[in-house]
Amino acid sequence: MADARTEVLARIRSALGDRPAPVVVPRAYHHTGTGSLDLFAERVADYRATVHQVPADDLVALIASLLGTRRIVAPVDLPPPWLVPSVTWLPDSPPLGIDALDGADGVLTGCAVAIADTGTIVLDAGTTQGRRVLTLLPDYHLCVVFASQVAASVPEALARLDPVRPLTFISGPSATSDIELNRVEGVHGPRTLEVIIVRD
Amino acid sequence: MVTRNPVTWLGSPKFPDAARTALADTQLRSNLRKATGTIRGRRASAVGEMTDWEELRLAGQALKDEVLTNLDVYLERLEKSVTERGGVVHWARDAAEANEIVLRLVRETGADEVVKVKSMATAEIGLNEALEAGGVTAIETDLAELIVQLGNDRPSHILVPAIHRNRSEIREIFQREMPDVPEGLTDEPRVLAEAARAHLRRKFLSARVAVSGANFAVADTGSIVVLESEGNGRMCLTLPETLITVMGIEKLVPTWADLEVFLQLLPRSSTAERMNPYTSVWTGVTPGDGPQAFHLVLLDNGRTATLADTVGRQALRCIRCSACLNVCPVYERTGGESYGSVYPGPIGAILTPQLVDDPHDKQAASLPFASSLCGACYEVCPVRINIPEVLTHLRASSVTARGRTPESIAMSAAAWVFSSPSRYERAQKLASFARLLGRNGRITRLPGPGAAWTSSRDAPVPPKQSFRAWWKENRG
Amino acid sequence: MQKAVVESPKVALFATCVTDTLYPATARAVVTLLERLGCSVEFPLDQTCCGQMHFNTGYPDHARGLAGSYERTFAGYDAVIAPSGSCTGMVRDIHPQLGTTPAPTYELSEFLVDVLGVTDVGAYFPHRVTYHPTCHSLRMLGVGDKPLSLLRAVRGLDLVALPDAESCCGFGGTFALKNADTSTAMLSDKMRHVLDTGSEVLTAGDNSCLMHIGGGLSRLRTGVRTVHLAEILASTEEDPWSPATR
Repeated sequence: MADARTEVLARIRSALGDRPAPVVVPRAYHHTGTGSLDLFAERVADYRATVHQVPADDLVALIASLLGTRRIVAPVDLPPPWLVPSVTWLPDSPPLGIDALDGADGVLTGCAVAIADTGTIVLDAGTTQGRRVLTLLPDYHLCVVFASQVAASVPEALARLDPVRPLTFISGPSATSDIELNRVEGVHGPRTLEVIIVRD
Repeated sequence: MVTRNPVTWLGSPKFPDAARTALADTQLRSNLRKATGTIRGRRASAVGEMTDWEELRLAGQALKDEVLTNLDVYLERLEKSVTERGGVVHWARDAAEANEIVLRLVRETGADEVVKVKSMATAEIGLNEALEAGGVTAIETDLAELIVQLGNDRPSHILVPAIHRNRSEIREIFQREMPDVPEGLTDEPRVLAEAARAHLRRKFLSARVAVSGANFAVADTGSIVVLESEGNGRMCLTLPETLITVMGIEKLVPTWADLEVFLQLLPRSSTAERMNPYTSVWTGVTPGDGPQAFHLVLLDNGRTATLADTVGRQALRCIRCSACLNVCPVYERTGGESYGSVYPGPIGAILTPQLVDDPHDKQAASLPFASSLCGACYEVCPVRINIPEVLTHLRASSVTARGRTPESIAMSAAAWVFSSPSRYERAQKLASFARLLGRNGRITRLPGPGAAWTSSRDAPVPPKQSFRAWWKENRG
Repeated sequence: MQKAVVESPKVALFATCVTDTLYPATARAVVTLLERLGCSVEFPLDQTCCGQMHFNTGYPDHARGLAGSYERTFAGYDAVIAPSGSCTGMVRDIHPQLGTTPAPTYELSEFLVDVLGVTDVGAYFPHRVTYHPTCHSLRMLGVGDKPLSLLRAVRGLDLVALPDAESCCGFGGTFALKNADTSTAMLSDKMRHVLDTGSEVLTAGDNSCLMHIGGGLSRLRTGVRTVHLAEILASTEEDPWSPATR
């Protein structure tokens, strides 16, 4: 008997024995959007996340006031000014264990890209973001988004991303529609998402 | 002898009989009416704000057709790119083979428990039961799957398997079946979600193996994509050492950029959101981040047989959004269990019989008839599957497989009558005698197959004179 | 009454087997209406059935034979008009798949609005009416609000919107027999919505759907009558519609 791979591929070739016509993909949908920073802010807020907009100069003060004296996970490469002194920082170096992450009050990160049309933040485990688990176990996520990182539309955002990096698209706090098909926020992922948009 | 495809549940009655039972369940009727009504309205507004929705649908359809047309090429490309990035690819001809592979992989890790992200492919092959038989406990972590698993119930919806349960029934199931149920649990959705969070937290943190499905796989890059809402998916895809993904062979997209179409079509069609809360994308293994062992199981289980049907193959475009279920007037009233399969509703009515691939399976053959052909499903389908077209096509296959029946004899007779205007005219005159059955302008009881009509509807009293007779008399 | 844009077009009526046999008043109304609008109407006597029942129940070979008869019967006509959305859909969408080339075929409201360019057909119908957009008119043909615009121009007619109008009534051809229980469950919701409007008449562009809903309304003695759109549009002050003319 042939191995499964050989047999499945043979079945496919035989199933396509009618030689279906080559497909031309019509791409008349919008490739660029008009989504502005304000739209991004509005759509993030629609998911019941909290949104702040600040000029670059006020960022550090806002981080300090939002985080207070909590115990916050810090990816290894957060910009030093973000590490405000009032906070008890839990740097991910050496890598934090599961229990330490689960016991933290929250996490502060930047992002790779954001999408105005859908109010989405994308993390790619790159600079200022750290490993995927850092933004998963703490119940509070504070994310800093720079204006230049906001793409108007989904196609523009995907074009800026490297697909072989581990990616996490985040649109609001964790939620479910499993009870009577109505959305309620707060299940396994962070139950509170707070976003700072920095106008640069 | 081919083993039975577990995509349908053994012993399920034919659709009309199962539906009769479901229709009498007043709680089910009320739960479904409420849930489908809610999501229909929300989907309409989520889609309504898109000015290029039809263009996205056309692109989605074409991309899926492109994948199907060159499926062998794309699968080999995917296999290569996943392998290059440190993943291991397995192929499975059918459910039994896929289950064996997964069980073997779990055993090799020494684990006796796996956490699962909601996945239609693993539900289709009965993976949980197969793991259980092999001594491995599978823990469903999606809220609705958890409700179904705890309630020892069957899934009744593609997206929300517990759609047939309302909040107070969910509370009751949690109170009865959840060992660590919190004190004073109410039926507030927020409180129920919180109970699920607490119940599963330890399981996530200690899990060594996770099993997932895949919404999409990018052939070019080997990237796998899972869309979810709760974060249970992220837990499963990030925390364990080993990740096993079971994926139908049709779940491919050619390139990363092609996802721009589906990441817009899917969330709005399924949960009626601009974007679902979490989408995870991973490619093979990333050192220091997430599972360090990744296995991808490519599943046929009837898909190549479906691909061989030039009309029916469009069912393989399906991205499992469940919009067709939510708008279907039949599904809304009978619920999912009546379809006897993990794939209910309009898509189930065309996909299940094709995956079963046995025209003599009476239950599966009854599914394409479970539709009034109203076309609401086709209208909402994000990848433009012409479900009514496939329904009538599969009806014809089922008629052929049944051979000579009283119905086929009656249909031949009717065609014989209609094929000659003079025979048709004589039949009209004969039919007009049925007016003798009329009382006060109504016929309340017809004999033979007509009895199914008059069980709930009066039949019209035929006129003395057909239009044709009138025309001949007055205009001819 | 608006004047038709096209001058005396020569058109054929495809009565459909259901209307020809069970609802001749509808077909007579189509003739009356079209002639009033200046058309010369022919009724080719070779016509029988479009084959929809056969096709939708899984007998495409029988349907193919009937599609062939249809093609021959109406060959050469510029326009064929049918008082049925689903039969028109069958002819236009399915017959070509069965390998025939039918003459251009229109559902009545499409022909009136798109071809003749009229919405006010000079009708008079002093009743409270609600309209059910049948599935094939709505989704296969996309007639949109053409029937409603015709109804809005009818004098004396009190048009009431039907809640959840776009939901299927549950007819579905042999579905109504094969899945009679589910069909009835759909019917009961449709009837509830019809009754909620307080209308005395339910109208639609398809006698088969009306036979189904009307059969339910009659069984429950609701006192609501079903009348095909053509009969409403044919009714005038001089020659008003009445149950006795059916």
